[in-house]
Amino acid sequence: MRYLTDRKRAVGKGASGTGTEHHRYMQVSAVGLALIVPTFLYIFGHALGSDYATVQATFARPIPAILTGLVLVFGLKHFNAGFQMMIEDYARGTARKASVIFMTAFTYALMATGLFALAKLAL
Amino acid sequence: MAEKSKGVERPLSPFMIGPYYRPQLTSMTSILTRITGNALIVSTLLVVWWLFAAATSESYFNFANAILTSFVGDVVMTLSALGIWYHFLAGLRHLYFDAGHGMDIPTAEKLGWACIIGSVVLTILTIVIV
Repeated sequence: MRYLTDRKRAVGKGASGTGTEHHRYMQVSAVGLALIVPTFLYIFGHALGSDYATVQATFARPIPAILTGLVLVFGLKHFNAGFQMMIEDYARGTARKASVIFMTAFTYALMATGLFALAKLAL
Repeated sequence: MAEKSKGVERPLSPFMIGPYYRPQLTSMTSILTRITGNALIVSTLLVVWWLFAAATSESYFNFANAILTSFVGDVVMTLSALGIWYHFLAGLRHLYFDAGHGMDIPTAEKLGWACIIGSVVLTILTIVIV
């Protein structure tokens, strides 16, 4: 038996059970991404379509490598949290759980692949 | 002191556009934020594939680079730029709304147009600069 009342257990947590944590994460990562994405687009846009040696040289420089790493990690985490929000709005039960788990795994796989490639290019 | 009851069927977010609401600029620009954000996974997948190819070998890089700069690749990348700029502007608008500003209808409609026109302008600028 728990010695907390139902009310006490629920206060501040909401239906999600985690309160406003998810929403705050989206806001914070949105601001972070808004600061770095324009520069990343410039770097990637320039690198796309240039030859192999130029691309190797670009991602061996610190700023392009660091920015790309940040965009990969936080862009994908932001994506995953947003995807979860969409699924929770429109699906329920097993479909909800399965799609959120699948997309979380896919997101981290993509992140790891990107970081591996970046590490290989940068070092 | 009842334990948490099992199997509560909580309501889903009601999908209002269509059956209950006529499409409006504000609702359309809002749902477009979600659509662009989720669609950007395709762009991310392509960019990661391109990076992975660059880290693998020169011939594999040339293959991935040729696909991404082909006609279809250009179309996809241009749409990605449009999607990311739209999501960028609409996200800033979302933060502005969250802070409690711009909720009156004339301002909200202006912000909606700002997202649409702004994303097109920024995409053209991106193509010109890049």
